[in-house]
Amino acid sequence: MDLDASAADAAFRDEARAWLAAHVPARPLPSLETRAGFAAHRDWEAELAADRWSVVSWPAEYGGRDASLFQWLIFEEEYYAAGAPGRVGQNGINLLAPTLFEHGTPEQCARVLGPMATGEVVWAQAWSEPEAGSDLASLRATAVRTAGGWHLRGQKTWSSRAAFADRAFGLFRSQPDTPRPHQGLTYLMFPLDAPGVTVRPIGRLDGKPAFAELFLDDVFVPDTDVIGEPGQGWRVAMSTAGNERGLTLRSPGRFSAAAERLTALWRETADPADTALRDRVADAVIGARAYQLFTYANASRLAEGSSLGAESSLNKVFWSELDIALHETALDLLGPYGALADDADEAPAHGGWADGWTFSLAGPVYAGTNEIQRNIIAERLLGLPKEARG
Amino acid sequence: MRFLLTDEQRDFARTLDALLGASGTPAAVRSWAAGDHKPGRDLWARLAEAGVFALAVPEEHGGLGPLPLELTVAFIELGRHAVPGPLVETAAAAAFLHRMGDAEAATAWLPRIAAGDALVGLCPDGAPFALDADATDTVLVVRDDTVCRTGTHGPVQPALDPARRLARPLGGTVLARGPAVTAAARHATDLARLLTAAQALGLGRALLAGTVDHVGQRTQFGRAIGSFQAVKHRLADTLIGLEFAQPLVYAAALALAADAPSAGAEAAAAKAAAGEAGYAAARTALQLHGAVGYTDEPDLSLWIRKARPLRDAWGTPAECRARVLAE
Ligand SMILES: Cc1cc2nc3c(=O)[nH]c(=O)nc-3n(C[C@H](O)[C@H](O)[C@H](O)COP(=O)(O)OP(=O)(O)OC[C@H]3O[C@@H](n4cnc5c(N)ncnc54)[C@H](O)[C@@H]3O)c2cc1C
Repeated sequence: MDLDASAADAAFRDEARAWLAAHVPARPLPSLETRAGFAAHRDWEAELAADRWSVVSWPAEYGGRDASLFQWLIFEEEYYAAGAPGRVGQNGINLLAPTLFEHGTPEQCARVLGPMATGEVVWAQAWSEPEAGSDLASLRATAVRTAGGWHLRGQKTWSSRAAFADRAFGLFRSQPDTPRPHQGLTYLMFPLDAPGVTVRPIGRLDGKPAFAELFLDDVFVPDTDVIGEPGQGWRVAMSTAGNERGLTLRSPGRFSAAAERLTALWRETADPADTALRDRVADAVIGARAYQLFTYANASRLAEGSSLGAESSLNKVFWSELDIALHETALDLLGPYGALADDADEAPAHGGWADGWTFSLAGPVYAGTNEIQRNIIAERLLGLPKEARG
Repeated sequence: MRFLLTDEQRDFARTLDALLGASGTPAAVRSWAAGDHKPGRDLWARLAEAGVFALAVPEEHGGLGPLPLELTVAFIELGRHAVPGPLVETAAAAAFLHRMGDAEAATAWLPRIAAGDALVGLCPDGAPFALDADATDTVLVVRDDTVCRTGTHGPVQPALDPARRLARPLGGTVLARGPAVTAAARHATDLARLLTAAQALGLGRALLAGTVDHVGQRTQFGRAIGSFQAVKHRLADTLIGLEFAQPLVYAAALALAADAPSAGAEAAAAKAAAGEAGYAAARTALQLHGAVGYTDEPDLSLWIRKARPLRDAWGTPAECRARVLAE
């Protein structure tokens, strides 16, 4: 057991750090949840891609660096430590791409991955429906067979960044009468500007307009845009879900950087007599370190050929609660300034806490709610009896 | 980087687990609590044979160490089986004696510690009580930059965990004085925090496993209580607490092994997290066992009572949290 970086990993860290120091915009970009911010972040994706930093863990042929999992973690640590912009391409890069690597055809990989890596095509995830959130398998949007492809019908909702994104991937019911709801689903990709697609923005808690619902009215999708076998969509989707909850959606770098900023804020602002607040700062620091180390252990296991299963639910609950704790503690440290939005004239120096807090509140909801994750942990990791249902 | 135990380290843990599982540990705990140290000392001798104490003692004094990581692996198992006695204190005393620079004291005690012949108490500056002073062969008491050695103690105080016997050390002769004592005491405290954290982690794992078994068998309302969500979610949270404390414990062991400047903060972080996780596991176990969890006949009670003192020994969570932010 050791935590020592190899010479190659140390060199990789230096290279990433130097590149980020030279390229990270001096002033934060506008929020990627707005039209202008979305465009600015798309440009940033292109800038990353130009020097092959947008998808470091991918094969070189798709714009990556063939970086190991550890190197990817190193890159993420450096990325957040440098205060670099949020990743507008993350749904595609973190959710769709791993699915394509596992289930996609060579043609699909060749066609989809390159433009995803450069930010030319930004992807949205179209899984949830108004009546199908936690119980995702109850989804009702349909894919009906037609010559050379499928017709999509129905409604998808709460799709992150879909208001400005280019394409979407999602699950559709292709066989209406199967014994179990998980059967007869098909995983498809479709353009958001195709005939029959209506995108309606829905403001989030922060009022920003990038969230959207999608109305699909006989949207044609060719067979070449089905991922995996028709009818096998659930299985295909679940490999994505593991990614979403586990490592790739929330690498530790984000929380380590936030913990550093929180500690700095505490040193500058806190009343030393307020030990209750000090304890919360310490817990956030300890939590960020624990998440980093836990991830290193997982990465070590993955490097030896194991796979992450229900364990990714442990990560999901932990990082989402940690994120809230980090941000709530920061708002408390900021006192009256904690009530200001990040773009207020008098917003505090270590900016980003207001947006960060608002977004952190969604963590226990998206990517499978924490209640659902706790059920998975209890049933699959602890072996407790299944819930009575129906 | 390979942040995983080696096969050898895992085998060592399994061996200790099997050894302790076959040793009637709960009976030894009950005897210890009643002041009969014989079964506990027998257990101690078996642990010494398996090499546990030698890991705390350097080779030149008949040991195999110091090997903080292997010690940690062992202490997780000692915690899992709620082994009684001044285990942490003896290992920390070994580190202290080695670092303090008094050759005579080191030669006198370290080989005996390695062989499992000596139980040694260690009272850091400010600690009023010595653990198991009625069972130890000697107690080292640190006050400011001075360390004394004593064999006498006040009356054993009734305690929350009767198997952790607390008494005031009395009298004593000065062994050494000066900055080397302070530095050695600081290092010994870091090691003691690490090993207490490891014990708390093992204790929590045992409490969780026992509780999962129980809720899978116990039925109410016509079904296993483990199928109720309120029960499941509490156990899921218990697992999360332990799972995320564990890597902190291993990382602190690595930092101590390397004598890294971060070792103090890392040991404190491990202690705060594992102490809280172990205590939370005890609260969960008590609650989900219902009234069974509140009775002292099942062995469960031995584990439950240990959780709170382990959380607070060698630095309360608040002290450890302050230490994390000290640099
Ligand atoms: C910021 C944000 C971004 C999102 N982005 C996307 C996206 O890009 N694409 C997409 O498809 N979806 C997205 N979602 C939707 C998200 O996946 C769903 O909100 C989530 O799966 C929960 O579904 P729901 O909202 O229907 O809540 P419900 O399923 O109605 O749940 C409501 C409450 O009931 C609880 N509950 C439900 N069932 C159980 C049960 N069996 N046991 C215990 N408790 C239960 C839930 O835990 C929750 O607390 C996003 C959501 C948010 C907040």
